[in-house]
Amino acid sequence: MPAVQETIDRVKAIDVDQYKYGFETILEVDKAPKGLSEDIIRFISAKKGEPSWMLDWRLDAYKRWQTMKEPNWARGSYDVIDYNDIYYYAAPKLNAAPKSLDEVDPEILKAYEKLGIPLREQEVLAGVEPANRVAVDAVFDSVSVATTFKKELAEAGVIFCSISEAIREHPELVRKYLGTVVPVTDNFFATLNAAVFTDGTFVYVPKGVRCPMELSTYFRINEKNTGQFERTLIIADEGSYVSYLEGCTAPQRDENQLHAAVVELIALDDAEIKYSTVQNWYPGDANGKGGIYNFVTKRGDCRGKNSIITWTQVETGSAITWKYPSCILRGDGSRGEFYSIAVSNGMQQVDSGTKMIHLGKNTTSRIISKGISAGRSENTYRGLVSAHRKASGARNFTNCDSLLIGDQCGAHTVPYIESKNASAVFEHEATTSKISEDQLFYCMQRGLDEEEATALIVNGFVKDVIQKLPMEFAVEAQKLIAISLEGSVG
Amino acid sequence: MLEIKNLVAEIEGKRILDGLSLTVHDGETAAIMGPNGSGKSTLSYIIAGKEDYEILDGEILLDGENILEMEASERAAAGVFLAFQYPLEIPGVATMTFLKAALNAQRRAREETELTTPEFMKAVQDAAAKLEIPRDMLKRALNVGFSGGEKKRMEILQMALLQPRMCILDETDSGLDIDALRIVSEGVNALKSDKRSFLVITHYQRLLNYIVPDTVHVMANGKIMRSGGKELAEELEANGYADYKAQEAA
Repeated sequence: MPAVQETIDRVKAIDVDQYKYGFETILEVDKAPKGLSEDIIRFISAKKGEPSWMLDWRLDAYKRWQTMKEPNWARGSYDVIDYNDIYYYAAPKLNAAPKSLDEVDPEILKAYEKLGIPLREQEVLAGVEPANRVAVDAVFDSVSVATTFKKELAEAGVIFCSISEAIREHPELVRKYLGTVVPVTDNFFATLNAAVFTDGTFVYVPKGVRCPMELSTYFRINEKNTGQFERTLIIADEGSYVSYLEGCTAPQRDENQLHAAVVELIALDDAEIKYSTVQNWYPGDANGKGGIYNFVTKRGDCRGKNSIITWTQVETGSAITWKYPSCILRGDGSRGEFYSIAVSNGMQQVDSGTKMIHLGKNTTSRIISKGISAGRSENTYRGLVSAHRKASGARNFTNCDSLLIGDQCGAHTVPYIESKNASAVFEHEATTSKISEDQLFYCMQRGLDEEEATALIVNGFVKDVIQKLPMEFAVEAQKLIAISLEGSVG
Repeated sequence: MLEIKNLVAEIEGKRILDGLSLTVHDGETAAIMGPNGSGKSTLSYIIAGKEDYEILDGEILLDGENILEMEASERAAAGVFLAFQYPLEIPGVATMTFLKAALNAQRRAREETELTTPEFMKAVQDAAAKLEIPRDMLKRALNVGFSGGEKKRMEILQMALLQPRMCILDETDSGLDIDALRIVSEGVNALKSDKRSFLVITHYQRLLNYIVPDTVHVMANGKIMRSGGKELAEELEANGYADYKAQEAA
């Protein structure tokens, strides 16, 4: 309940401009020239001090990418992207890699504070019970600027660092797992990412370790005309557990910016990974000018027996979202879950969903998707549930609900189901509803104004998914949803 | 005091209220009876502030203030409460959550301090006990999967909690069995006070055996055709609405 109240208060406090993360931070920046070429890739690789195997991997990806075509099957339309008009590398100028937060540019810390992520405080709070704390990796444009709680995590044996650092410090782990879930040539954007990725997060949780705190990465695109190509790799070794959360924001700009991330999760025997996303990239203005193109490939591999991967996402930002966090259920008895809230308003376009690929025996999956469309937006759920020949006893339950606010938006559900094993049981439920005038009137008759009433009804609609988020982010997510829908009624 | 003066209202070009006037004094319980389609429910919606209607003439004064310009939520904060004939379901929103949001929204609008959680819990549980509403019902999503009787009891619970000065009951007796009718009526009667007025809309005299009105008004053709004491309800029960329909034909 406090969350609902806070949501309401927050909505009220908002001015005409609803995107509160639209500020820009002025920093000295180290940039590669615009455009994409082998030289640029060599430049990025050299900047990162990468070993030659990494550079070769990138160059190979680049060669393959040049032969690929941009996909266009998603429901969405956007201007042609000129891949040579993008900066592929932009980094706040740092004299050397910061050893502690004191060495990080105060402007950056300020920016993160504005975003509600006080990195500094997080360290000061070191006296608090570890379970209540969140370790943060902050990525500013192309580089990771700060990672907190590194030492304490290291004591537990958990590696939590930027992917650049992992490539240098833990090459054996990176080489073993990188690209094994999302192959280099998986799709156009994933291949582009493989060639030019600049930073991202790396997590390794060793055998039998339960990660002592929530891990979190905060991504921020700050520079103009800059693409963000982050790459995240999370490995949960046998019997381990980790919960990870990413958040994203960008300044308000008139031009579109590209975000093409790749996230790979690997869960070995009896391991569990929870991956939560609160995505709030700049969505563009009410008329669809500006905003982030969010073309992301996220996939988890339940490689070991009885492993579990859970994706939870709250998607409120971006001009276009193209994103299908998926699970490959390879290990016998493994389980994949996907909980999603996708909110679209204004001229936003969302095409999101999941794939549950059942390969092992007695694998189970569960999909709960809540789409909320308002304004003139289009919101599509696209999902695949498939059972391989050997996936005996595979089970899936899918529930897709869509809520429409107003009469100029669209909601679409595109479920694909393929079963090559006769013992598989797949269930699919879908509903589409509208917030009715009568429901609004009922709430208003009890004293809630129209915005409050809408926030309440929407919070009820998404409750099942909100409950899956880590506590502190659940509150944040509810607020975010209300803010995103600001101005959609009346 | 509620004063409705010469109210004329239409929906999609169809006249529903046609110069209706009615006064309900503080502490008064007024009943409105009338045949189907006489505009009784419309009247309750218009007082509460539903937007579907076009008001062509007249005014509605609550303690001298015209409420027609106010949003439904503002009217609620000013003390207007409508117990719906068909209460709406709000999926995923726990009844408790809804009650607290509503109560605090009204208190904020009146610039009163919000209740603390323990104060609120106590208020709800006291009210719920009187209406024989079990605690687990308060944890369920509002009105979702509630029986007809449970929904009506929940309306009265909200009334008890929000403490309005002008309570409108729209066909509260419909769908109630005799036990539920007794519980609901007792709940309403317990709220009667010098400062609080009730407008009870019903087809049948039955409800008025439990909630005894001070005045009875017969509504037909979008206006009040006749007013009297509670004996008028008994007369209607015996003779039906034929006389008023006949007047319409004439």
